[in-house]
Parts: sequence; structure tokens; C-alpha cells
Amino acid sequence: MPKFAVIVFPGTNCDFETLEAIKKAGGKAERVWYKQSLKDFDGVVLPGGFSYADYLRAGAISARAEVMEEIKALANEGKPVLGICNGFQILTESALLPGALRPNKIPSFLCKWVYLKVSDTQTAFTQFYKEGEVIRMPIAHAEGNYYSESLDSIRITFQYSDEKGEITEDANPNGSLLNIAGISNEKGNVLGMMPHPERASDKWLGSEDGLRIFKSMVEYAKR
Amino acid sequence: MKWKAKVVIRLKEGLNDPEGRVIGKALKNLGYKVEELKVPKYFELIFESETPEKDVEEMCKRLLANPVIHTYEYQIEPLGE
Repeated sequence: MPKFAVIVFPGTNCDFETLEAIKKAGGKAERVWYKQSLKDFDGVVLPGGFSYADYLRAGAISARAEVMEEIKALANEGKPVLGICNGFQILTESALLPGALRPNKIPSFLCKWVYLKVSDTQTAFTQFYKEGEVIRMPIAHAEGNYYSESLDSIRITFQYSDEKGEITEDANPNGSLLNIAGISNEKGNVLGMMPHPERASDKWLGSEDGLRIFKSMVEYAKR
Repeated sequence: MKWKAKVVIRLKEGLNDPEGRVIGKALKNLGYKVEELKVPKYFELIFESETPEKDVEEMCKRLLANPVIHTYEYQIEPLGE
């Protein structure tokens, strides 16, 4: 059974939920303090939260921690690396994914349910979705406005949409370029996303659309 | 040798500055004819170095600024031994 490290920085707060979601998806998972080593893990999740209180820029200080070098090495080996919310911010700040996450278009903290269109089912995290499928997940962030000068090396994985899967301005909660909610690297083994799949991994939470991300990741890591 | 650096990080031209927009609007509401307001970040740091220019340049590149969205400028002055 593949084993995942759920990285905990000072200020991370979605670690336990993420741990539960991975276990429910059939994987093993451990919370790993950012100063511990990552050997013996088959993949890494950078969970949500407010690492270093979002000082300087969200994710900026965590992205310069030594553990990121190990995570880069794992990613280069082709192992799955998933960044959720603050984790996505850390992935862009550390240049594991291109672009940057800027403060929301209307500068406030957003906490609500959104619809997402699955634009790419060929990544390590999306094989259990259908192309164009519309799923539902919550967002909770102040800096989720995706920006990049170039879209050349981006694989858009999730886009904010309406219930029917239309990519409209109204469905864009934070001003992200092209309604981007999640992107992956070219190989598809590193994914960053602003919505919280762990908060949509059981019916009693309001949706279990997010669970398939963890199931895909577990399956992928078995290869 | 001790140095003091004053570093200003700005959003690249053309990038939307939501905080600046809201503050600008508040000034407008107070009756001022504010067309645009931007919110750069300003850092002051005191540090020891034999190569101050190189160090400040590196600190900006490696952490203080995000090259995807920011430009930066700085002034360095000696503070003595």
C-alpha cells in the first residue's frame, strides 16, 4: 500500500482532514513535520492552512524550506506531489509549478462551495474523472488568483465553472486567469489546486467529489 | 561591515492591485481625485556583509520578491563597523 507524507509547516491546519481522505482512498499517510526526512514515502501532499501566517506572500516562506529540495527530487522521480490551497501557493512559490497566486480580485477571504470543470484526466490525480465532468468542492482562501505570464508549460486541470460546466466570468470567484482552479506540471505528477478535495471526500461533508483525487493518487503511486 | 538596505518591491506594470484599488476608492470617497493608488512593499534591513550589493540582490531574488509578479529596487548605506 503506497505511503504518503502530509507535510506540516508551522500554521498548516488541514493536515488531519487530508490524512483521513488519503486513508479513505486506500493509501497510508503520515503527518510529517517539515524538518523530518521524506525517505520511504511514495508521494507527498502539501495540505491547506496558513503556513507562517501567510507573512510576506502566502506560501513564500515555506517554499524556501529545505524539505522542498526533497520534494523536488521526489517530483523529478515521477512520484505524485499534490498541493492543496496553501500547498498550491507553496508549489508556485517554489517554482515546482509555474505562475503565482495573487490576492483575490476582490480583496477578501472567500469561503464557499464552487463548481469545477475537470479539464484534464491524464494526470496522476484525475484518472477517475470524466473529461469535462463538473464537480463540487469548497474553496477557502484570500490569495487564489492564479496568474502566469505564459501558459506554455501549463496543463490546466480544473477550471471554475457554473453548474453546467460553462467557464464564465460569474463562476470565477477570485479573478484567476482563464478561471484556473488547478494546474499540473507537464508530466502530470505535480498538481496544485485552490479548492479543498479533502473537505469534499464524504457525503456527510456535502460532497464526495474530491475523494477521487486521492484515489487516483493512490492508484498512480502503486505503479 | 554593517549596512542598512531599503528595499521596495512593486507589482509589475499592468498587474491588478486589489488592495491599492480599494484604498484608492476610499480616498475617492473622501473627496480626493485619486486616479490610481498602488501598494508596494517596503523592507528595511540591517545586515553584515562584505558583499552588500550581491547579498541584497540575492535576498530580493530568493525570497523578498516573486519574479513572476514583482520588480524591485533598493538603496544600501553603510552603518559602520
